Amino acid sequence: MPLSQIRLTDGRLIYRWHKPPLFSSVLARWLTTFLILAYLLIATDSIHVNWARVAEGSTRALRFIQGFLSPDFTSRSEDIWIGLVESITMTVTSTVAGVILSVPFGLGAARNIAPTPIYAFCRAVIALARTFQEVLIAIFFVALFGFGTFAGFLTLTLSTIGFLGKLIAEDIEEIDDRPLQAIKATGAGWWQMVNYAVWPQIHPRLVGLSIYRFDINFRESAVVGIVGAGGIGGTLNTAMDRYEYDSAAAILIIIILIVLAAEYFSGFIRKRIQ
Amino acid sequence: MPIRHKPTGIYWTQRTTAQEWIRYLAYFLGVLLVVFCWQVMTKDTLWVFVTDAPRQAVDIGSRMWPPRWSILDRLWGPLLETIHIATLGTLVALVFAIPLAFLAANNTTPSRRFVQPVALLIIVASRSINSLIWGLLLVTIVGPGALAGILAIALRSIGFIGKLLYEGIEEIDRHPIEALQSTGASRLQIIDFGIVPQVMPTLVAITLFRWDINIRESTVLGLVGAGGIGLLLESALGRLAWPEVSVILIAILVTVILSEWVSARARSRLI
Repeated sequence: MPLSQIRLTDGRLIYRWHKPPLFSSVLARWLTTFLILAYLLIATDSIHVNWARVAEGSTRALRFIQGFLSPDFTSRSEDIWIGLVESITMTVTSTVAGVILSVPFGLGAARNIAPTPIYAFCRAVIALARTFQEVLIAIFFVALFGFGTFAGFLTLTLSTIGFLGKLIAEDIEEIDDRPLQAIKATGAGWWQMVNYAVWPQIHPRLVGLSIYRFDINFRESAVVGIVGAGGIGGTLNTAMDRYEYDSAAAILIIIILIVLAAEYFSGFIRKRIQ
Repeated sequence: MPIRHKPTGIYWTQRTTAQEWIRYLAYFLGVLLVVFCWQVMTKDTLWVFVTDAPRQAVDIGSRMWPPRWSILDRLWGPLLETIHIATLGTLVALVFAIPLAFLAANNTTPSRRFVQPVALLIIVASRSINSLIWGLLLVTIVGPGALAGILAIALRSIGFIGKLLYEGIEEIDRHPIEALQSTGASRLQIIDFGIVPQVMPTLVAITLFRWDINIRESTVLGLVGAGGIGLLLESALGRLAWPEVSVILIAILVTVILSEWVSARARSRLI
């Protein structure tokens, strides 16, 4: 117990309890503090900030806040509508395609049910899809498949496979082993084992994760447009380039509202399922 | 339990016939929706480019190989800057996210009617918008450079850390709080002695997790001018210097894998 002795003025000895420190060793405590401070100094020193430019931009910041208070939904309504339809259709199709494809990849990437060569291959695909940010993948797909929603669809599908595949694989590796052994003991084949012992255990979480991924895909669909892969991001990029902050604010508000609605809806569905 | 009678015997089924038909109908409507979305989406797609893709892939692949390793010397600075952007952005986010989470959690918010909705709104707005979009916005305001990147990362992370932390605060064990209350502890003392020790491991885990994500995000911030290695990537792509692109991609790959390893190690050591 971290107690400290305190001698009062009248000579009595009392003990006072104090919270245990994060690091028990004094040296470790000082060393960590020193290292953190040193890092902060070096890092902030290496970042060059042009304060004159920042001051210059403050009027723009003000204009942007004004734009948020009086967003302009009308003057670019046609572009916004096209961008939104692209984003939403892209989200729906890529989520469905990604979920369907992530199941075989997830099964293949689970140590306990996949043979080693398939395991290595699936893990490699998942790792690659997860390492690169969506935008980097989108740049390549735009170069390969041309500008537009198709490149965005492929990007989101690939990153859905990376995201869900990894989680499904981890889920399968952690399933209760007893049903698996019981089904195996009846002489079931690989497919029957997956169907009767694995699938029922991962199914509820898979549904929840897929719905969660739908939210993420919508948010990402707003970004891939910046590099030309379709969706509301392109519209937003154009609005920013023209310094039309009121239209940009309108688009941001729409994105926030749709994400909010999707989140509310997915929470509702997840509650129904569990 | 619904039972179905067949000539070969009595079978147990999971659902009644009506329930089954409703399910089939729901599946059918779902498929219809996906097909409809697919058609709307690919309305303007030029399939010539899509069928041409394998040839393009081979072409770009051959241009990317061999990587021009000589640019590696010019890479260290921007790479370090990327890591700084992620780290400083995460730290700035922490400063704002921690108080915000306490204002947003059901059991610690000072006022459910006025403060909590505002805190939740800030968290949702921050979470809904990707750091790249924040970057796009901030570059026009504070100018291109690492500062815009740090702020973009911070603005996105506030919502992420805030949300996970306030959920953590809401899930704490009530008993220590009640014990503290019975000693006559004040609100702040309850937070200090009862809540903070309970959510500390959660906070560390969330921060390390977000830092790892932020490294990944900050590699592309340069595409909109917000500093880091993305700037070099943008310039290499613009000059169609594919051998340089492949070196930069390999550098990003190594950085991201290393940061993931560091974050996983730190998490298992600290918690």
